[in-house]
Parts: sequence; structure tokens; C-alpha cells
Amino acid sequence: MTSELDIFVGNTTLIDEDVYRLWLDGYSVTDAVALRVRSGILEQTGATAAVLQSDTMDHYRTFHMLERLLHAPPKLLHQLIFQIPPSRQALLIERYYAFDEAFVREVLGKKLSKGTKKDLDDISTKTGITLKSCRRQFDNFKRVFKVVEEMRGSLVDNIQQHFLLSDRLARDYAAIVFFANNRFETGKKKLQYLSFGDFAFCAELMIQNWTLGAVGEAPTVPDSQMDDMDMDLDKEFLQDLKELKVLVADKDLLDLHKSLVCTALRGKLGVFSEMEANFKNLSRGLVNVAAKLTHNKDVRDLFVDLVEKFVEPCRSDHWPLSDVRFFLNQYSASVHSLDGFRHQTLWDRYMGTLRGCLLRLYHD
Amino acid sequence: MPGKLKVKIVAGRHLPVMDRASDLTDAFVEVKFGNTTFKTDVYLKSLNPQWNSEWFKFEVDDEDLQDEPLQITVLDHDTYSANDAIGKVYIDIDPLLYSEAATVISGWFPIYDTIHGIRGEINVVVKVDLFNDLNRFRQSSCGVKFFCTTSIPKCYRAVIIHGFVEELVVNEDPEYQWIDRIRTPRASNEARQRLISLMSGELQRKIGLKVLEMRGNAVVGYLQCFDLEGESGLVVRAIGTACTLDKLSSPAAFLPACNSPSKEMKESPLVHPPSHGCRSTHNSPIHTATGSRLTQNFSVSVPTLIYTGMGSGSAGKEGGPFKALLRQQTQSALEQREFPFFTLTAFPPGFLVHVGGVVSARSVKLLDRIHNPDEPETRDAWWAEIRQEIKSHAKALGCHAVVGYSESTSICEEVCILSASGTAAVLNPRFLQDGTVEGCLEQRLEENLPTRCGFCHIPYDELNMPFPAHLTYCYNCRKQKVPDVLFTTIDLPTDATVIGKGCLIQARLCRLKKKAQAEANATAISNLLPFMEYEVHTQLMNKLKLKGMNALFGLRIQITVGENMLMGLASATGVYLAALPTPGGIQIAGKTPNDGSYEQHISHMQKKINDTIAKNKELYEISPPEISEEIIGSPIPEPRQRSRLLRSQSESSDEVTELDLSHGKKDAFVLEIDDTDAMEDVHSLLTDVPPPSGFYSCNTEIMPGINNWTSEIQMFTSVRVIRLSSLNLTNQALNKNFNDLCENLLKSLYFKLRSMIPCCLCHVNFTVSLPEDELIQVTVTAVAITFDKNQALQTTKTHVEKSLQRASTDNEELLQFPLELCSDSLSSHPLPPAKAVTVEKASPVGDGNFRNRSAPPCANSTVGVVKMTPLSFIPGAKITKYLGIINMFFIRETTSLREEGGVSGFLHAFIAEVFAMVRAHVAALGGNAVVSYIMKQCVFMENPNKNQAQCLINVSGDAVVFVRESDLEVVSTQQPTANCQSSCTEGEVTT
Repeated sequence: MTSELDIFVGNTTLIDEDVYRLWLDGYSVTDAVALRVRSGILEQTGATAAVLQSDTMDHYRTFHMLERLLHAPPKLLHQLIFQIPPSRQALLIERYYAFDEAFVREVLGKKLSKGTKKDLDDISTKTGITLKSCRRQFDNFKRVFKVVEEMRGSLVDNIQQHFLLSDRLARDYAAIVFFANNRFETGKKKLQYLSFGDFAFCAELMIQNWTLGAVGEAPTVPDSQMDDMDMDLDKEFLQDLKELKVLVADKDLLDLHKSLVCTALRGKLGVFSEMEANFKNLSRGLVNVAAKLTHNKDVRDLFVDLVEKFVEPCRSDHWPLSDVRFFLNQYSASVHSLDGFRHQTLWDRYMGTLRGCLLRLYHD
Repeated sequence: MPGKLKVKIVAGRHLPVMDRASDLTDAFVEVKFGNTTFKTDVYLKSLNPQWNSEWFKFEVDDEDLQDEPLQITVLDHDTYSANDAIGKVYIDIDPLLYSEAATVISGWFPIYDTIHGIRGEINVVVKVDLFNDLNRFRQSSCGVKFFCTTSIPKCYRAVIIHGFVEELVVNEDPEYQWIDRIRTPRASNEARQRLISLMSGELQRKIGLKVLEMRGNAVVGYLQCFDLEGESGLVVRAIGTACTLDKLSSPAAFLPACNSPSKEMKESPLVHPPSHGCRSTHNSPIHTATGSRLTQNFSVSVPTLIYTGMGSGSAGKEGGPFKALLRQQTQSALEQREFPFFTLTAFPPGFLVHVGGVVSARSVKLLDRIHNPDEPETRDAWWAEIRQEIKSHAKALGCHAVVGYSESTSICEEVCILSASGTAAVLNPRFLQDGTVEGCLEQRLEENLPTRCGFCHIPYDELNMPFPAHLTYCYNCRKQKVPDVLFTTIDLPTDATVIGKGCLIQARLCRLKKKAQAEANATAISNLLPFMEYEVHTQLMNKLKLKGMNALFGLRIQITVGENMLMGLASATGVYLAALPTPGGIQIAGKTPNDGSYEQHISHMQKKINDTIAKNKELYEISPPEISEEIIGSPIPEPRQRSRLLRSQSESSDEVTELDLSHGKKDAFVLEIDDTDAMEDVHSLLTDVPPPSGFYSCNTEIMPGINNWTSEIQMFTSVRVIRLSSLNLTNQALNKNFNDLCENLLKSLYFKLRSMIPCCLCHVNFTVSLPEDELIQVTVTAVAITFDKNQALQTTKTHVEKSLQRASTDNEELLQFPLELCSDSLSSHPLPPAKAVTVEKASPVGDGNFRNRSAPPCANSTVGVVKMTPLSFIPGAKITKYLGIINMFFIRETTSLREEGGVSGFLHAFIAEVFAMVRAHVAALGGNAVVSYIMKQCVFMENPNKNQAQCLINVSGDAVVFVRESDLEVVSTQQPTANCQSSCTEGEVTT
């Protein structure tokens, strides 16, 4: 006696959250059944393994049918085939687009192309996430990227509108898309200590301040091949950043800046002497990062540079976070008192974001 | 030309990409009705076209309006080659033809293609202007309402229940026409869908005409079926119960109905049924019979088998045909009817007087080609024959009518088994039209107080019983005789006193048969049938005893024929009726008593059985109290003076038999284990596992003993197909396979629905088919309903308490009839002791309407959600409007089975699509639920080698509008007076 066909169709589509998770995690039916058995469900319900097998198959089939709709979540809301209560629909979508920290760290900033997809095998081996789940997550990133790539307006809003994600998840996706678009390097060894949250935080700041959309000068007349307002960094701004170089190139200006900062921080900083000794190096580092951003290559290395030029020196001198904050605040503010420096607004736009990022990046 | 059909095509969405190059579609729509076709403009390059067409107007006869479906085809325009069809929508416009139903059909319909399934949706608006034509009713039957519901629909009152209507139309099956060889599968499927749609329309119109002839205005319990006879043709047949219904639309409607035809007018004020909801009196032991007859030229007649529900004891004494007298009066109303059959399973209060038992008849036929579709006489004759047999069985049981009547077929190649079954009953003629009732009616009305045990009393003469039976005095009233076991095909009457809870009981049986041709095959089948019936019955009886119960309701025995086997599946809901005696246990007797180890084995088995019975009694809370003599003289009025009067002679015979059948006597049911077969039987008895705790199941509308439903419902269909290993199949192995299949299926359901606990699977409907040699297919449709555990726990009441409360209920119900009329059917219809609101506080038993009102409102009654249920009601809600019947037939075929996820993927998607299309049609009619939903057919065929599969599904139900009771404050205005009355009554009776 073998089962040829075995189905269950409810007027309201039954969604088992546990099985959904197993499916999303890419387990095969057999593995999923084994995992469910291990969870003790048989003892709780008095069911048999055969029942569990049939139930799992059934849910998997349902999820498989739903997957097509999940690729365009608004379709899930308007389709007539599966009657699913709104709260469940939201859950299905949210979980489908959720991703693993370990996975996203591997692909963050990489080009979401086929070539990378071949690397999924390696990622799967490395992270212990099933290949299937990796595929899903990667395809989600790519799909969201493709849809919002050409769109104008707020990145987060676009994602939310087209994928019906929660605010939190939409912001994460905005960061992923932003990183993928700008190809920021995040995989270097010295960046390994950073979490996705750290990068997402930086991405949000950068989107808010360094992109075209940020300036608020949303051009009403589309400037022909307008850059995507939220996804691309403001080229003009990056160009202008060269002007900041004077802060380190002009010796007087650099000295003046240092003395201003030192005067203000004397007695307030636990690591004052180290700061004093290192000021020029740090300042050079931060300003040079800005000046280099005209080159795509250097844009990609932004985070590597920040860690190398700022985070690591400070960390080796054991600066506490509070001191870093004091320093960065003072360092940014003091520039306003430099009479010979004319690019105050530019400096603020640059340093405001950078300060936020650095503070977030500064941890063990 | 008395009608104008108007159609507007608004828009489409989610259309499939038809042009690979542009990834878009140039869609337009053809709207066809009869022979007229209109087209919309082509909407270029869009997957979401906005046609916003003008109104397409069809001027048509109302006869066509009834027969024809509106056919909407969505196509992709192609300049150079033929336009590609995207899919179709068939819309049955019947609901627009009667005034009380829908006025407009408007909404998004899934665009369906028989090869690709649903491909996007289309927004359509349909209206009908009916011209007032005085002659209208002569030509067509517009205006006759159809209901699938097998009880009087909730917002109506039955003025007259006229009786049985049936009709049958035949045609050639397009799938078997020569042209099918040259046309595409799509064209063939569409031809079939269209033909069946047409035939259903025609059938419905013809039935409607019969109803009008009977001066009725509605068909209740309408059941339409298709027989796919293959080469020999396609039969669409339907049965139903013609009624004259009155709408209870406003509170004013409960004033004696003045708008009904003159004849009823003088009756209707008296007719007020003295209770809430649907109350009825039924009754019965069993009387099943099998007749098997072959086609005209070849005839092997199988002796009719009559067997009883009695396991032991025989009261067969010689006696005279006294019952003839008894029957005379009530029967006269039915006499002029050819078939006094009723497809209803629940009845207006007082309708059912006695129940005699289950009557069934089967007949084996050889199919031959239907030569002249316009004269379906052969098929008509077949059914007439079977119905005649049913009628005579009922007569033998002293009954003049058959209720809960249904018909079915099972076809394999050229052999067809026709089956009919029902419950023999004695009815109260006051609902049955004409003047024959005059004399006895008035007098009866006063005396005929509802007795909750009346339906259990035997209608036949105990001295001239059609079968050996063990009779005792009714455990409730102590005045009349009752059988020790009662089998019926109807729902449990709402006023029946039940102890504990009920449960689903199934008997499953397979019998191998040799492959054979034509007559030889038919003979073999007819020879097997009586034995199968007998065994199924024995199994039912054993299982019933094992559960410690004494009655079966909703019994449905399905016999399925396959190439090399016959399958029998009987489902019913077992209960413990307080009026019937406590069932005896099961005793095992060995054949070789000398063998020590054998002896031990037997006693071990016996112990196991006894333990199981004890466990079941606990599980289902069956604890019948010892009855003390005092309460026998309860305030219940003498239930049936009439029968007393008429039976003056039999009175004396009662005295005689009393000596033999004292009420305390319970013979044990003896199972003799004389061979391995019997051993198997005993084992199989013990293999049925009870549902996990918190779960109950039944195949009736509601679960006896549970009456505090909450509003969460989940209707589902589950299908399983197993392949038998063809090697040396034996009956035992086959039985085991089949048993496991059913048990595993149930287990899976319990597991899947575990989040709903505490809940009950209601209206569990199993269908078995044998699509191929080694394949068994089981299809289950049911609804899971949650209930409130806290209230459910307090079910065990002593009998005394109960009977007192019931008595009070009865009385107050009498006083309350006006209330009943306005709010009765509030939804609580078949729920046991339906009562008025305030009574709740006084008596913990009552809870009918109140329970529903107090049910928590559904969290999100979002627009667009359409509930589906096989039940006639929606817990916690009131049905405010019936929008018309939904009767849909779909074919789905694939030539890429593997790509669609194999057979499971294919069928899963198809059933989901069918649900979607039903919901869409209901929503377009303005409804939010389908009640009395049933999947009548699910024919699945596969050919994995060719990567092909095909499935036909036929579903039906009633589209309705319901309102959550929590949203209904209006009703309360009605209550105060009733409350006062009922609480007064309550006080008087209990003190």
C-alpha cells in the first residue's frame, strides 16, 4: 500500500508557523519531519510519523504554491486562490523576506549578479545555512534590488510599497540595496567584527545625508539620466569633498585645528595624551578618506579605510567610546572656528554622517 | 421575449503574459449568451486592462435565462494568427431570476482555463430586467427558489411541504463523441463544461415546473448529480423536496401568515410550531433491504434482505395488521403521491411523528447507449423501480413516508449500481397540503404536544414486526414501545434527549470480485451485495455497542464498484438516546472451549472489549442514570392519544408482551469467533482509535451533546489515493488497507486541525471511488468548528434534572411561539435544546440562541472573506438572505503533471481553485458565505506515463448573507415579552 496522492485543502489556508520556518530554512521534507519529531510533537499530539510526514508534505506544497505570490507580495493580497487572513499574510511575507545575519554579512556590498550566486555554495558551507535558504535570501535581495533600482523617491517607501514589509525590514532592505548598489567592501577580515546592524545604521545615515535625495532638491524636471535619488551617492558632493583636503594640507590650519580641539578637551579626556599625539594622523586619515571618495574604488573601500585610519588606532590606544564621542564632537565643531576654512556646510554634511558612523563602528 | 440580460465588462487584472516578446497581453473579451456574442475592444499591452465596456444587452426568453449560462471568454488579440484564449468564466444567472435573491452580480471572477487553471481575474457586472409577463409561469419556472439545505432555510417558514420532485436529463458525453478525436483537450473540456451547465439549467427549470404544478414556490434539499456513464452517455439527475415557503423577513412576518394561498390560511395560525429551531420527531430501528436487478433482457433477482437493528431477543409473535388502521389517517395525505419521499434531514417542529428505520434499495444495471436523449425513459424506469422498492420497504415498517431520502450511483465500465436510501417515517399531515387532514387536524393540534421521545416509538405493530426486534417500554415516557437500537439517515431531532456526546462511527468493507464482462459481472456484483450490506450492518452494530451507544443518525452507506472489488463504507453518528434502553455489551464466544490457551485468548479479548466499552462510556460521557419510578409520572402529557384510540386492540397486546420484555432486560450481543474471519472482525473493532482529546467528530449537522459553538470554522477537503500492491490480495489484506487508509486520514485531520482544539469535525462526509484497478480514492469534506470548553464540560446532568428542564422547555416553547417565528431560525436551528435568551440563566441546559449571541465576534470580518460550510448554518451568526444556489462543474486537465508537482500538486491546486471560484461567485452575488456546501463529485484520473491527469469536480451550495449575532441588536426588541413568559413558566415547572 503506497500513498499516491495525499492532499488537504482548507477554505482558509492553513499555515503552520513551525513548518513554514523549516521550509524557509531550506530543509527537505525528510529533514523537516526529523526535526519536527525531535521537537517532541509526536508525544504532545499522539500523532504518528506518517501523519507528520503527510502534514509536512502538505504544508510544503502549499508554501511552494504561495512562493510565486510571495515574489510580488501585493499579488498575495489581491489573489483569490488562497483565502488567508491579513495578519497571516503579513506573517508570510515578513518571514519570507527575513534573512540570516550570517548570510547577509557574506553578500553585503557584493554585486547581486549570477556570478555571486555561484558563491552561494561556499557561503552555505561556511555559514551552515542550507543552500536553498541562501538562494531564497539572495533572490530576495536581488528581486528587491531590481524592483526599486529604477524607482525614484524614498528607497524605504518604495520597498515598503512594493513588498509590504514592516518598517524595520524595509529599512534593512534599503541598506542592503544601498550597499549592493555602491558595492561597499564589507568582507575584509578587519571588518569581520562589524554586524549587519552596524552597516545598516551607516547606510541609513548615508542615504539620509549623502545621496541626491538627501539634499531635498528633488529635481522636478527629471535630469535625463537622473541618478536614483536614494541609491547613488551625490556625485557633486563627493567631488566637493576634495576641498576639505586643505584641513590637513595647510599646516597652519592643521595646527590651529589641533590646538582648538586640545584646548577644549584638556582634562576631559582619559586618553588626552594619546589623542594629542595622534591628532594629526587621525585628522589626516579622516580628511583623506573624504578626499578620495571621487574614485569608485575608494568609495568601495570606505569602511576599510575608516576602520584602518580611525577605529584601529583609537582602539590600540584603548580609547573608551565616550572619549571617541567627545573627540569627534569637538573635532567636527572646532572647524567652525577655523577662519581660513570656507567649506563649513560641506564639512558638516560630511562629518555629521561620518561621526555617526564612526561611533557605531567603534566597538570590539 | 420576457427578459433582458445586461452585461458590462469592467476590467481585468493579473492576466498572464501572452506575448513573450513584450511580456504583455493584448486582451479583449467575448460575451456570449445563447447564440448572441458581443466583443469588447482590444486593450493593448497590459496585464491589467481597463475595458469599461458599454452594457451588452441580450434579449432572451426566460426559458433560456434559466437554461443557459453566461459565457465570458478572455482572449489575446493576435494580428497574424488566431487569437489565443486566455480563459473563461461561466456565470449562472439563475439567482437574478427571483426577486428575493440577488439583484446584481458584480465582482472579480477568476478567469479559468481547463488546461492552465486560473489565469487572472475579470471584473464583470450582470443585471437582468424581467418583463412582467402573466404567462411567465407556464413556460418557465422563474421564481421558484432552490436550496441545497436539507432543512427549512433559516429565514423562511414552511407553509406546506409538498413532497418529492425529481427529474433527469440525458445526453451524449462530448468526451466520447467522434469529434473528440480531432479537437483539442481544451475544446473537449469546454464542450463538456458547457453541456453540463446547460443540462443543469434545464433540469432545474424542469424541476421548477413540477414545483409550480404542485403549487409550491421552492425546492429544499435540492441534490443534483452527474452520472458519467462513459460511452453510454451523460446523465444529470436531481431530487428535492417541493415546499411553499414564507419569508420571515421582519418581525411582522410572524403574525399569522396572511399572504399565503387561501387553503393554508386557515391552517397557518394553528400551525405555529411549538418550539424553537427545527424540532422534529423521528424514530426507527433498521430495515434495510437490498434488491438487485439487471437490465431488461437479463435479470437475476437477488432476494430482498431485511435485517434489523436488533442484536438479540425476538418478539416475533403472531399478530394482526393493526397498524394499518393507525396509518390510515396520516397516510391519506400522502397517498395520492407517487413517492412520499422527502430529501430533508431536519424538519419543522411536529412534522415527524415516528421513525421506523432505515430503508434502502440497490440495483445493478448494465449500461447501454442512450439512443434518444430526448426520451430518457430507461433511466427513469430504473429509478422508478428503486423508489417503488423503497416505498414498499417503508410500508413494511408501518410507515407511509420516507425522510432523509437520497440517491446515488456507482459506475464502473458498463456496470452501474443504483442506490437509494432513507428513513421510513410517520409524518404529521398538517404540513402536507390538502384537506384530507381536516378531521383529525384540529383535535391533534391540541393534544400533539411535542414529546422528545415520540420519534423513538415504533410505528409498526409489535405483534407483526417486519423483522425480529427487541422492544421495551420507552425509557422516557414509559408508555410506548421503543426498539433497542435505532438507525436513521436524518439529523438528530433537536428535542431528542441525548446522554453524553456522540461520535462518528464507520463501517468499512472490501470484497474482491473476479474481473468479468457484462452479465457475468453484474451477476457477481448482485450476489455480493447482500453479503456486503449484512456485514456493513454487523460492523456498525458492533461498533455502536462498543461505544456504549444505542442509535445512529445520518447513516449513509456507500457501495462502490471497481473492476476487481467492491467497497462499502458506512458513516453515521452514534448517540445514546435517553429514550432507548442501555445497550448490552459484546460477548465473545469461542468455538472450541476445551482448548486452554484458546480459552485464555478469548477471555483476554473479552476483557479488552469490556475495557474499551468502559473507556468509551467515559470518553463520551455516557452515564445514564438509573431511573426511579417516580419520574415516570412526569408532567408530560400523554403523547399520543390518537394512537391509543386507534389501537385499542393493540393496547391489550401490550399487556401480553410486557411480561417478556421487561425494561430492565438487556441481552448481551454475542460475537462468535468460529474462524479467522471473525477474529479479524474483532480485531478491527479494536483498532479504531478515538480522536485525541479535545476533538469530536460526527457526520450530522451538529454534534449531539455540544452546543456552545464559537464562531471559528474551517471547511476543508482532503483527498487520498493509495495504490494496492497487486500481489495476492486477499479480502483481509484489502480490508486492512482500506481501514488504515480511513483511520490515517482521520488522524491526519485531527493533527492538522489541532490548533482549533477544542473543536468538532461536523458533517464529515467520506466518498470512496475506485478510479483504477489497484487504486482506492477517499475524499473527505467536513467542517471543523470550535466550541467553548468551559460550557461543554458541564454536560453531564442527571436525567431527572434534564427531563424536568426539558419539560419546562417544552411548555415555555408552547407559550412562545410568536418569538419562535421571528427569531427561531436565528441560526440555532439544529442545536439541541434551543431556547429563549433568559432561560439560559435559569437552566444550564438551555443555550440555543443565547450561546450564539454571546459568542465572541469574529476578530476580522474583513470584506471579501467568504465562509464555506457543509452545514446549513453558521455558528454565532444569523443568515439574513439566501442569494441562490451555487452549482458549479469544472474540469481540469494537464499534460505536464510532473511540472505541476505531481498528482498531489495538481489536485491540490485544482481544489484550491474550485474553492476560489465558488467564493468569487458568492462574493459577486453580494454574499459572504456558502452553506450546505457539498463536493458531489471529484473524479480523478491519471496517466503518469504520459505525464497527464484529468479531474472533474462538481460542487454546490447555497450562497447567503450572514450577519454576526454580536452585530445584531435588533432582535432584542422582540425579547421582553417572551422572556417574561418563559421565566414564569420556568418557575412554575421547576418548583
